[in-house]
Amino acid sequence: MRLPVKYTLRNLWTRKLTTILTAGGMALVVFVFAAVQMLDTGLRATLVATGQPDNMLVTRRGANAEISSGVDRAQASIIESQPEIATGAGGKRLVSKEAVILITLPKRDTGQATNVTTRGVGESAYALRPQVRFVQGRAFAPGSSEVVVGKSLAERFESTSVGSVLRFGGREWRVVGVFDSGGAAFDSEVWVDADQLMQAFRRQAYSSIVARLLDAGAIDALRTRLEADPRLTLDLKPERVFYEEQSQALSKFISYLGLTLSIIFSIGAMIGAMITMYAAVANRVGEIGTLRALGYRRSAVLAAFLFEAVLLGAIGGVVGIALASFMQLVQISTLNWQSFSELAFSFTLTPEIAVKSLIFGVVMGVVGGFLPAVRAARLSIVDALRAA
Amino acid sequence: MHFYKLILRNSMRHKLRTGLTVLGLVVAFLSFGLLQSIVDAWYHGAEAAAPNRLITRNAVSLTIPLPLHYREKVRAVDGVKTVAATNWFAGVYQDPKNFFPQFAVEPVPYFSMYPEYRLQADEFAAFVRDRKGAVIGRKLAQTYGFKVGDTVPLKGTIFPGNWAFVVRAIYDAGDAKTDTSLFFFHWDYLNETMKQRMPLRASQAGIFMIEITDVDRAAAISEAIDKQFRNSIAETLTETEQAFQIGFVKQTESIVIAIRIVSFVVIFIILAVMANTMAMTARERLREYAMLKALGFSPGYVAGLIFGESLAIAAVGCAIGVGLTFPVGSWFAAQMGTLFPVFSVSGQTVVLQIVSALAVGTIAALLPARRAARVRIVEGLRAIG
Repeated sequence: MRLPVKYTLRNLWTRKLTTILTAGGMALVVFVFAAVQMLDTGLRATLVATGQPDNMLVTRRGANAEISSGVDRAQASIIESQPEIATGAGGKRLVSKEAVILITLPKRDTGQATNVTTRGVGESAYALRPQVRFVQGRAFAPGSSEVVVGKSLAERFESTSVGSVLRFGGREWRVVGVFDSGGAAFDSEVWVDADQLMQAFRRQAYSSIVARLLDAGAIDALRTRLEADPRLTLDLKPERVFYEEQSQALSKFISYLGLTLSIIFSIGAMIGAMITMYAAVANRVGEIGTLRALGYRRSAVLAAFLFEAVLLGAIGGVVGIALASFMQLVQISTLNWQSFSELAFSFTLTPEIAVKSLIFGVVMGVVGGFLPAVRAARLSIVDALRAA
Repeated sequence: MHFYKLILRNSMRHKLRTGLTVLGLVVAFLSFGLLQSIVDAWYHGAEAAAPNRLITRNAVSLTIPLPLHYREKVRAVDGVKTVAATNWFAGVYQDPKNFFPQFAVEPVPYFSMYPEYRLQADEFAAFVRDRKGAVIGRKLAQTYGFKVGDTVPLKGTIFPGNWAFVVRAIYDAGDAKTDTSLFFFHWDYLNETMKQRMPLRASQAGIFMIEITDVDRAAAISEAIDKQFRNSIAETLTETEQAFQIGFVKQTESIVIAIRIVSFVVIFIILAVMANTMAMTARERLREYAMLKALGFSPGYVAGLIFGESLAIAAVGCAIGVGLTFPVGSWFAAQMGTLFPVFSVSGQTVVLQIVSALAVGTIAALLPARRAARVRIVEGLRAIG
């Protein structure tokens, strides 16, 4: 025979302050646990959204970021002429030869000078990145000193609104448009005409080549063939893989830190649950004795107390997830170590994270409540009744 | 006297509960201390900066180099004592996760600016003589087991190709803030090699390290340097070493802020645990408190008992937590290797730990003490735990 659920609920309700404090402590732990995973998911989502599945990215061999890479014009032409590369409207090859340079711009609120990726792009850049849409203004005219900026960059940096002027590379560049790339890393970039940018910085080589493949699976064959070509010392990667690698260090850092913190903090919260449940048992010794005398089995008592602990954990879990869901309104921006430039991303709550956090809360409750529940179940009827 | 005895006896009544609470406090204050120390470690570069060192870099960004011939023009600026071309090398030792900072420097001027890098004269002379030589920090040497005479292969990322350097000298820390996880080699060797491999990228310096004669004129000298190159193809930005380092930290500020916030969240978690313990204790003893009042003790005395117990438990937890922060901190620093080159628990961290323990102890006792002080004797005597 099982003890009614109502018994457990009313026990929690009678000691409201204790219930609130215990569940509150667990809620904070679940909040940290969920927030860190949301951050990691947001970061990955940003960088995965940046790469298109059938695009490939070419950099110099050994360079682990676009800024440290160099692809000279001859190499770029060889890449462009490969048969695996798709052609777009007007029979032009879908290839964008890009030059990436970091500039420093002051942030709007703090004035802090921050590294910003400036990408010189070719004409096919928009066809290669269909996620890019203009929300304001227009694209830059090829061959001019005009620039367009990403949406989150325009929100956070000075003189990046349409009509204002940026100064770098000994020139003045007019901002003519703001684009939205649907949460991709491009939202934190400045885009200009590649040839203009290279001229301004007296660069001879591109940084990377982006190309659309006819068939995404053809990249392995293409790589094998091009690696045998002594003129090319280049790395070919699916664009998505490249951007995933760009986030690796930061993502690892966030998830390690988050995991360590969650474990340490959960020890505190579990101790809290244990204290509460031990007290709940100690206060109800007589009651437990009566229940056993009425015919409830040890297992029923164990289950009732465990259920109480699980409920505490579940309340903590739900409150923690609710708190964490507000974090979705916050956008975070930091230096990505691998690309050495500013990257904006947001907290992203997925059903998976919600479920994991809830389980985490319940597990904390179970671990904290197990020993006290065992103690309650092991009380002998006579002793318990005498204690009352 | 009885007052303290009562507090002590009271807190020992539920040994298990008190023990668990103390354990929770220890975990919380320990992790609070470690998180604060991590934040401090983040700022170590700025802390270790000397006021008489300036850094000149390309105004567009740090990743764009400056022509080497700027060096002579910088040296000619009034107030400049020494100039050294310096490059960030970013080579990979075996695997990208074995990260340590590597710099190509001009040995004699560079090391004269950094007296805190303690070098043995004969080793340093050997380094200066060997173009492929390297100077490394003690911590770096210990982490990877490098000894003088060892060859260290590095795979270039910014400067392509495979490179090999021979360790000629190991430097020690001049003070507690000195970073001994760095790797230095000859700037000339880098430049000569680049001349062969990629002539277009030769004769360019990443930054110029500058030592000035008069610390008070740092701002004026910076401006004088930048004025030299205004409207040239590579405009410069000169700032103090400290401002340069802080600029780095600021860019990763949101991570630092997040760690700070989280370190205070742990205090709130432990506050909830502690407040719970005190609430339960006071609830169970409401009858006793009513009895004490019936005997003529003032409400203040009863409240004092609860505050005393709460503070005593918090103090014990905090003391153990602080005590453990030091050994655990040095264990953590050893595990992290060169990632946190300078990791130490500062006095400020300990003060913060103690202040938050006091706050936790006080706040946790607030509600229970109020209840016990206010309870009417008749009601209290009637109460059941």
